[in-house]
Amino acid sequence: MAHDSAGRTPMSERAASVTSPDDGEPHDEREAHEYEERATASPVTTGAEAVIRALENVGVEYAFGVQGGAIMPVYDALYHSDIEHVTMAHEQGASHAADAYGIVAGEPGVCLATSGPGATNLVTGIADADMDSDPMIALTGQVPTGMVGNDAFQETDTTGVTKPVTKANTFSSNPDTVGDDVGEAFALANTGRPGPTLVDLPKDVTLAETDSQPGPARVPDTYEVQERADDDVVRAAARRIEAAERPIMLLGGGVIKGDAHEECRAFAIDHEIPVVTTMPGLGAFPEDHELAMEMAGMHGTGYANMAITHCDTMVAVGTRFDDRLTGGIETFAPDAEIIHVDIDPAEISKNIHAEYPLVGDAATVLEQLAEAVTESPKATKWRAQCQQWKSEYPMAYQTPEDEPLKPEFVVEALDAATSDRAIVTTGVGQHQMWACQYWTFTEPRTWVSSHGLGTMGYGMPAAVGARLAADDDQEVICIEGDGSFLMTLQELAVAVREHLDITVVVLNNEYIGMVRQWQDAFFDGRHSASEYHWCPEFDTLAEAFGAKGFRIDEYDEVAETIEAALAYDGPSVIDAHIDPRANVYPMVPSGGDNGQFALSEDQL
Amino acid sequence: MTGGLEGPPPEERPRPAGRRNSQGIRIDPEVEAEPDTRRTVISALVKHEPGVLADVSGLFSRRQFNIESLTVGPTEDDERARITLVIEEPEPGIEQAKKQLRKLVPVISVRELEPDAMRRELMLIKVNATRPDRVAAVAEMYGGQTVDATPETATVQITGSRQKIEAAIETFSQFGIREISRTGTTALARGVEDTAARERPTPTYAEDGTPTSPQTTPSDDD
Repeated sequence: MAHDSAGRTPMSERAASVTSPDDGEPHDEREAHEYEERATASPVTTGAEAVIRALENVGVEYAFGVQGGAIMPVYDALYHSDIEHVTMAHEQGASHAADAYGIVAGEPGVCLATSGPGATNLVTGIADADMDSDPMIALTGQVPTGMVGNDAFQETDTTGVTKPVTKANTFSSNPDTVGDDVGEAFALANTGRPGPTLVDLPKDVTLAETDSQPGPARVPDTYEVQERADDDVVRAAARRIEAAERPIMLLGGGVIKGDAHEECRAFAIDHEIPVVTTMPGLGAFPEDHELAMEMAGMHGTGYANMAITHCDTMVAVGTRFDDRLTGGIETFAPDAEIIHVDIDPAEISKNIHAEYPLVGDAATVLEQLAEAVTESPKATKWRAQCQQWKSEYPMAYQTPEDEPLKPEFVVEALDAATSDRAIVTTGVGQHQMWACQYWTFTEPRTWVSSHGLGTMGYGMPAAVGARLAADDDQEVICIEGDGSFLMTLQELAVAVREHLDITVVVLNNEYIGMVRQWQDAFFDGRHSASEYHWCPEFDTLAEAFGAKGFRIDEYDEVAETIEAALAYDGPSVIDAHIDPRANVYPMVPSGGDNGQFALSEDQL
Repeated sequence: MTGGLEGPPPEERPRPAGRRNSQGIRIDPEVEAEPDTRRTVISALVKHEPGVLADVSGLFSRRQFNIESLTVGPTEDDERARITLVIEEPEPGIEQAKKQLRKLVPVISVRELEPDAMRRELMLIKVNATRPDRVAAVAEMYGGQTVDATPETATVQITGSRQKIEAAIETFSQFGIREISRTGTTALARGVEDTAARERPTPTYAEDGTPTSPQTTPSDDD
């Protein structure tokens, strides 16, 4: 079947099938015979089948999506595939579930949606994956190529809309190569710095006949990834580390994505270098280790922010120096020479100048560094200083009996009731920060959250994706806020239908709490559009969905309710009514000096 | 509101002596100078396929790079096009622009051109033809040709560097300029040097491991 470059398949198909009474008969027979031979030679018969075959070739097990007009041929091809499809309640849920699947599995999550609103509904999840460099592939239906550009029903310029929020995207116009396009998108999502990719699939292309088997999934030849850092720079960085008096390691999400946590842990422990993490870096280093200074940045620990501000040498691995980490650039680690390890050269010296740029795969470069560093820095005084900061700025909170339940207590109780490998997903807001601060992360790929984009409502659909990627013995805990949970809680229907063992804990303060906290601090307490006059009973709502509902109001109910919810085989929701006035501290205001973090509102 | 934590307040904490500028580079806190911008030409060899120009222009607007001109055209190879960008940015911005360009999948190679590179722009300038002999004389002065003449108008084609084009506009303004169309700068490296071959600048280090300042190309206003 021939296709011109404009992909006007329906036209050529129609032309070919026109039968002339004079000479058409023998010609048509020959055509039909040839087609049959191709069909027996290869099970792929349509563009849609090539799409699914490409996914099967790379070992895809799950896909998350929602049906719709233009994607129907792909779903039809999925009908006989071993790939398990999870129908989500909303396409945004599909993209978050695929994103979370990618985080936990370390392989791209797959989401599908139809054209127009299906595709635009995916966009938030795609942008989220892009900001967090999560491996993901989105397949979107599109109107037939002949109608593209005519404002057809459910037409959106999907590649145009998603260009700024994808690592790469492509409009697939040829049924003979559509499978290769999907394979390439999968490979790109998973190679080098991961990220979301998208293939737009016009309906005529997926419907069209083809016998073209997709080839091996490969990145395009223009795409190069540097694995090993320049040896001269490695040697120079090693000399700097050896001479350091106040060294720290800053571990970002790239450590986890690059499976470099073991190399990083070994390096820090061998040379006794205190370790700070970013938010996506949670789990890169065990937070119960003596060298752990935990998370730095806007709501990082006081000791992490002191360490990051006063260090003289920083080994930063897999981080893009986001503003929530750095605070004001002018006051970020102002005495430190920066050794920056990243697989993406564009991240080096983008926000913070790196004296020692080490472009390469995190695990490989850490091995290079480990080999090049011959003596540990003499930093006994510095380590003592770090320990002193730990005791000066404890994350201890009060639990007065005459005040409502504190959220920190709920998070700690959950952590205590679950295994070290339990996975935590969250939405965005105060509850997310309490989860960061009061859960003790010790393993990589156990923290699943929306970091860069800050997407409220991420937690519930992410829990669906995380559950399917996780091992059976890993608990999946979704910590949400009331405002955040309300944005996507319809995905609870999916968890019930698919019988997914997920424990949702809503830290319910009947506020958009983080906004309320900022309004109190920076807007003279005017609670514009952050205060609810009514909030659903989430335990009752859970029961309506077919999940198990629980409610907590008092300290003495916490442990037993958590135990009951965890014991329930299936999705459960705990509506934990917490102190509505509770705030997240420490806090570095936007653009502020990390070392000047506030411990309470009067210090802001 | 509740949620306060224990510990020494901000004013009692030690503060480091150092400081960075807005580009994230450590500086002498006494000298708060912002880095100077520099105008430079970046040449990118790209796959000749639909959407590449949109990729590049979208990237530059999204990341707020200060772009002066962007031209695109076919090359000696049917499957490749060349994009020539003139940008004005501080040093880190130029480096960042090159790195971001390289990340685009259809981009084959990216290079910042040396100050001595050949760079040319073409302008069509339409002026009032009240003094056609004077218009012709000025056109000749700039090595241009009159490509259209009517009783009311004269249109002149001028080719050259940006500075020459701007000087020509200045001179032609005496006749009354009706319309101008400029192509933007296109450029090639001199001699046997490739215009956009893959380059990976790595910083240089002294014997003791201290970094020596990164090589900067001198300002290139030709």
